[in-house]
Amino acid sequence: MDWHQLWTIVSLPDNIPIVGMLFIIPFFTWYALRQARANDRLVERLENDPDMAKTHHRKVQPFKKGWVREVAVWPYLLRMEFLAAIIVTIILMVWSITLDAPLEEPANPSLTMNPSKAPWYFLGLQEMLVYFDPWIAGVVMPTLIIIGLIVIPYIDANPLGNGYYTYKQRRFAIWAFIFGFIILWCSMIVIGTLIRGPGWMWFWPGMTWDHNRLIFEINRDLHEIVGITSQPWIGIFGGLVVGGFMVVAGYACHRIITATEFSRKILGRMSLLQYAIMQGLLIIMLALPVKMAARLLFRIKYVWVTPWFNV
Amino acid sequence: MAENNPTEVKDEPSESAGGNGNGARSLLGVTIDPDEIKKKAQIDLEGLKQPTKTEVYKSIFRVKHDQTARSRTLGVLSNVFLHLHPAKVNRDAVRYNFTWGMGGISFYLFWVLTWTGVLLMFYYHPTKVQAFRDILYLEHDVPFGKLLRNMHRWAAHAMVLTVQLHMFRVFLTGSYKKPRQFNWSVGVILLVLTLLLSFTGYLLPDDQLGFWAVTVGTNMARATPILGHEGPFGPELGMTPFNDVRFALLGGSIVDANALLRAYIWHCIAIPGFAAIFMIVHFWRVRKDGGISGPAPIMLEKEIKPVRR
Ligand code: HEM
Repeated sequence: MDWHQLWTIVSLPDNIPIVGMLFIIPFFTWYALRQARANDRLVERLENDPDMAKTHHRKVQPFKKGWVREVAVWPYLLRMEFLAAIIVTIILMVWSITLDAPLEEPANPSLTMNPSKAPWYFLGLQEMLVYFDPWIAGVVMPTLIIIGLIVIPYIDANPLGNGYYTYKQRRFAIWAFIFGFIILWCSMIVIGTLIRGPGWMWFWPGMTWDHNRLIFEINRDLHEIVGITSQPWIGIFGGLVVGGFMVVAGYACHRIITATEFSRKILGRMSLLQYAIMQGLLIIMLALPVKMAARLLFRIKYVWVTPWFNV
Repeated sequence: MAENNPTEVKDEPSESAGGNGNGARSLLGVTIDPDEIKKKAQIDLEGLKQPTKTEVYKSIFRVKHDQTARSRTLGVLSNVFLHLHPAKVNRDAVRYNFTWGMGGISFYLFWVLTWTGVLLMFYYHPTKVQAFRDILYLEHDVPFGKLLRNMHRWAAHAMVLTVQLHMFRVFLTGSYKKPRQFNWSVGVILLVLTLLLSFTGYLLPDDQLGFWAVTVGTNMARATPILGHEGPFGPELGMTPFNDVRFALLGGSIVDANALLRAYIWHCIAIPGFAAIFMIVHFWRVRKDGGISGPAPIMLEKEIKPVRR
């Protein structure tokens, strides 16, 4: 085991945010879900006790009759903001005094950096290059991430959980977001930072980055495994596989969306367009881990080869 | 002398120059009474003891600094830097646990980045000859140059993190729901602009790290469908390395002097400008959508109203 290699990666000043992320993201996830649980318990009590629901102020925060519902911004909010600014400034000062921003040799187009990595927040996209061609990983996927985020408010037809933490009232939305944000986006960044070494090869934590390492793995296209060899059929076969995946994934998503009575009720509130957009985004999001598994477990490079593009 | 200045001669009441009997003296036609002066000096000294009563103070602050609700409200509303705030907020929203303060911290970091960035601009030339040397100069010769560069770098990293956490919290509190749908979309644009700011800044030191990161990043643009010379349907539509999107981004077919200049302009002028505009809209909408969304009273399933179409 070569823990020194891990330390070299982790102690790189530019990687501090990722090391921080390893703790900060789980912390805030826990912090949010804890508040969600408290609210969910209150929901349960109010649902079981309609009389209480009529009179209760409906928050877990304490409230008594006669208390004001709003407080003056000065001093109650501004002092918090001022305090936050001071704390952030102190953290930033200490961080800047103790750790230096990296500066490598002057740019040299004839001397390739290996591994040559993007800034940490783009490592998820760079990691995606392993599984997809650049036009998907570098262009289509980022575009879809942005569009997908923008349309979230317009396809979420669930009116509950507006302005408070809750898990029970928004199970599906929360799982979908955590899947996309933490399981895909954040963990791919962590893989790109901690796992990928020279030649973008997979080095487990504790393995030495060996610049002469060669991996003799043969990646094959799906049609080769099946034994199809001539073109129109290769393209048609791939199209069928991709289409088949979409149908299966869409069906699976539909089953999840309609699993409970509550989610069926929410589905009833959605327009056809909202449903179609949501399904499209979910299917594409699911395609990423499926393609990752196909590549990492079965060494499959492309599933769909055409004269113009490969998927 | 006096003859040369007729007005002075005319204004001087020469007869009473010896005084008027109560100790007052006249100098150049102004009567000077020691008691009077003492009294006035006392008034000024009193003013020093209570600076808030002086005209200068009142002209600047205009509002009394006391604990009445009226003064507190006016103190926020009549201050140009504070008037982004409402006068009052939800009593539970001022706790840390609801917003985690991440939106405000992102804004503060943007502010820090603007200031440190402007200071860095005093020392930086976006040219192939000077850029790298300017960084060395900053690190070794400019007083506090290293601290300045470090702060700019780490604040940028921190901001990428806090903006993502802000988005995470807005999602988990469902704050993007009606009526805040549009502000969420504005927020997504801000997220993209934050990432682009960070990315364009990466090239500016003109070192190996930035050069290869930007090379890897912009190489993907080659593969843009239709608009890239290696993307699906690109070559068929006449795209070459010399006319596709990557060429437009870099101002050339390789990452070189033009790319450095373009990155500099995007990084220091265009993207911060767009970000500032979108932030103004973002904050305006937070107010216009009824302030911060919560902590809101819990709604129960049986209270859902049917959709209106
Ligand atoms: C440069 C980036 C950003 C800045 C400076 C910023 C700033 C802020 C601030 C100061 C608030 C007030 C509440 C709070 O502090 O949490 C706020 C609220 C909000 N932000 Fe952002 N934001 C940014 C990015 C985003 C992003 C990426 C999103 C979502 C994708 C977003 C969506 C919202 C929404 C929906 C609200 C209203 C929340 C509520 O009412 O509870 N913002 N933003």
